[in-house]
Amino acid sequence: MNLFPLTAHELLDLIKSKAATPQNIFQSLSERTASVEGQVKAFARTRDEKTVLAEIDPAANVPLPITIKDNICIKGEETTCASKILKGFRPPYSATVIEKLRQKGCVVQAQANMDEFAFGSSTENSAYGPTRNPWGLDRVPGGSSGGSAAAVAADEAIWALGSDTGGSIRQPASFCGIVGLKPTYGRVSRYGLIAFASSLDQIGPLTKDVTDCALLMNLIAGHDERDSTSADVPVPDYTKALIKDVKGMKIGIPKEYFIEGMDPEVKQAVDAAVEVLRKAGAVFTEVSLPHTEYAVATYYILATAEASSNLARFDGVQYGLRAQPEKTRKTPLIDLYEETRDKGFGWEAKRRIMLGTYALSSGYYDAYYLRGLKVRTLIKNDFDSVFKEFDAVITPTSPSTAFKIGEKAADPLSMYLSDIYTISANLAGIPAISIPCGFSKEKLPIGLQILGKPFAEETLLRIAYTYEQNTGWHKERTSL
Amino acid sequence: MKEFETVIGLEVHLQFKTETKIFCGCANRFGDEPNTLTCPVCLGLPGSLPVLNRKVLRYAIRVALALNAQINPVVKFDRKNYYYPDLPKGYQISQYDLPIAHDGSIVVSTAGQEKKIGIKRAHLEEDAGKLIHDGANNCSLVDYNRTGTPLMEIVSEPDLRTPQEAYDYLTALKLTLQYLDVSDCDMEKGSLRCDANVSVRQKGAKEFGVKAEIKNLNSFKAVKSALEFEENRHRAMILAGEKIVQETRLWNDEKAATFPMRSKEEAHDYRYFPEPDLVPFSLAPNAVEEVRRDMPEMPHAKLERLLKRYSLVEYDAHILIQDPHIADFFERCAESYKDWKKICNWIIGPVQQEMNSRKCGIGELKLPPQNLIGLIEKVEQGVVSNLVGKDVLIMMLDTGKDAQTIIAEKGLAQVSDTGALEKIVEAILNENQKVVAQIKEGKDSAMGFLVGQAMKKTQGKANPKLLGDIIKRRITDG
Repeated sequence: MNLFPLTAHELLDLIKSKAATPQNIFQSLSERTASVEGQVKAFARTRDEKTVLAEIDPAANVPLPITIKDNICIKGEETTCASKILKGFRPPYSATVIEKLRQKGCVVQAQANMDEFAFGSSTENSAYGPTRNPWGLDRVPGGSSGGSAAAVAADEAIWALGSDTGGSIRQPASFCGIVGLKPTYGRVSRYGLIAFASSLDQIGPLTKDVTDCALLMNLIAGHDERDSTSADVPVPDYTKALIKDVKGMKIGIPKEYFIEGMDPEVKQAVDAAVEVLRKAGAVFTEVSLPHTEYAVATYYILATAEASSNLARFDGVQYGLRAQPEKTRKTPLIDLYEETRDKGFGWEAKRRIMLGTYALSSGYYDAYYLRGLKVRTLIKNDFDSVFKEFDAVITPTSPSTAFKIGEKAADPLSMYLSDIYTISANLAGIPAISIPCGFSKEKLPIGLQILGKPFAEETLLRIAYTYEQNTGWHKERTSL
Repeated sequence: MKEFETVIGLEVHLQFKTETKIFCGCANRFGDEPNTLTCPVCLGLPGSLPVLNRKVLRYAIRVALALNAQINPVVKFDRKNYYYPDLPKGYQISQYDLPIAHDGSIVVSTAGQEKKIGIKRAHLEEDAGKLIHDGANNCSLVDYNRTGTPLMEIVSEPDLRTPQEAYDYLTALKLTLQYLDVSDCDMEKGSLRCDANVSVRQKGAKEFGVKAEIKNLNSFKAVKSALEFEENRHRAMILAGEKIVQETRLWNDEKAATFPMRSKEEAHDYRYFPEPDLVPFSLAPNAVEEVRRDMPEMPHAKLERLLKRYSLVEYDAHILIQDPHIADFFERCAESYKDWKKICNWIIGPVQQEMNSRKCGIGELKLPPQNLIGLIEKVEQGVVSNLVGKDVLIMMLDTGKDAQTIIAEKGLAQVSDTGALEKIVEAILNENQKVVAQIKEGKDSAMGFLVGQAMKKTQGKANPKLLGDIIKRRITDG
């Protein structure tokens, strides 16, 4: 039996029954990677097999390999955010999530490709070149956690961690036909996550099914004293939320999300999914999130403003790429900054740094950043009022299925709009999950997004699990 | 002739002497090997996050209370964005629109009067690292040990009118801060730094003149000199009808002049925005009260109390309060010895002299209050002279022993045995008949010679007063 297509919970059962060893599992994934990675290019780098094997502790709780997005620091391992500017940077410390995973026995197998600094929705903006969608190799896997999603969909990884600032876990999960959860802001420690937009970023799981999502959340969630924005809220056992029952649950369908321009196949799949849940006992009502139309604009002001500041540290002084301007120049320091950043950052990073710098500039701050903060509050209020009556909100994850590589590369605005359904959850700080809900005629996956109240991940998992158990889309595999 | 008025406001940066840095657990110390007191957080490594040191907040509230300032109930930090190699994140975590303290004041003694100087705001921020320019290798090196040292920036209102007033303000502020025990306040080590804003206008004008910001002021004296220089420069320019431009200037101590650094056009746009890594929070309802309970007595109150309680003269009391530890020492001495003026004289005289020559504070001198009292008593009892008493003090400080022990060990007790002294005087008078005759003729000044001779015979141990009395009696009687 091939081990690589299995889920984490299936593999843990096999280990328990001695039908497989952690070493077998890792070797199976290695072989799978050797055969398909050349086509998919999900990884920024894989770790040395002997090193990984030596790290495996078969007696550990969860002795399984995991793939980590290349923006989560791992002590001693090159971590670059898929950017040239961090080439050669080996953090002297590990992110809190890495420490937590290792405590339970998880072993880092590879670091996943991504859009540079998580700037993008297609994993095309990477210093390592684009990752391809395992469901159609001419398609993007989504982004920015496209490498993580593609690795899981292609069965190169059992599961993976990504990060989600405006949809960077959910949209690639949707494009790759897997499960992706963006937890409540503060639910998972950001310590060691190289920041894109600090007030929006969250680390979260990308998995083959909802059960694995709950398992991985059990491993990574929790308060961290090193992250002042992490919430001191008790962590439940998320697997207890895996109940196939949504009877009486009240779910809202926001009218603002079903707009023109949505792919009819996506709408059809989402409508069908709603039917499945309705039959399972959920009660659906149309609701309104009136400030939805401002979400994308608000997001691109706030996120780029924070990014422009977060990326200021990449100046060539301490680590990473350092340009070598001639010492005879008049302004050697400014030249060091300019040349390092010119050579080190890709176009999208430069674009966002400039946008953000502009939004924070004196004379423009009130009109852009400050107004952005106010609209963000309005968007959060929209959700608060809906969640007074409803347990969850359901929407498509993305207005379309995976687009072609290069299709939107020259049109940043249309690229930005592919996050239109996912951005609000980050602005509101609420949890949201994307699960597979069908395929297009071209056999490209479609994702269903479920959003919930702060710290109501259990509600999302329960609805997602009920849907998954009533359908089975998650069992479909690629033809790779 | 126009009459000018100078307007000065000062920005003081104060390093707190907390054990650890403001946003990480690294030791907060001066003078270690470069780059040995660092971690991912203060190095600003990608992915690291700041966590506020709560001790810093308590220190800040102490300062706020001492400056009679309003305390913001919400603690919020902002990012100040600019590029410099000593700033590893490319931004400084600071406070912009909600400083921890605002609208305070401090009473300053200046030109024989007391003047209230407003404190506009005082905010928390992190210090940057230190650049070391290596001329030999034509490069610059960065030491990040200082990065993340807690700083409080205290900004005065433009209430100061003369360079001397600015100097007096700094003196009063430093004394207050020393009383709070939150900082070393050592300009040489950089734990207290000062920038000055200065402008000149016609007396009576409502609008301020165009200001200059002066940096690189390394001592209070430099602040005063630089302000005097600027005051004259501005006046001369106004008289010559020249236009003053808003700019930042650097003080050069050697040349005793300021030089332009950057103009307003070149000024940074710091792009302040709320620090998303530190969530704003409300002070606990009792946070301020808790700090207030532990507040020490402030210099002004201490002065008033010392004057009243110990009937000291103002000059003495002023000296005592310059160091809260010295004032405390005085008060502990005063518990067991009632001649307070004597205690004060000893402290501001010989004791302080020894502190200066030993370059230490009163706490580091080996001098418990009872030892000083023991010494004063020996002098007052005439066991040793005032002069010998000062030598005894030095030996006490060298050894840590008390006065009684030193006097006994060294055999320094004065001879007050009148019988013995009578004999010595008789011998001296016999040996110096001529001098005696001169005295009898009215040349009183020759008395000193005879006392000196007698002292010599007793190797200085004779009680000089007693000796004088005997000699006088013998000559007049004889």
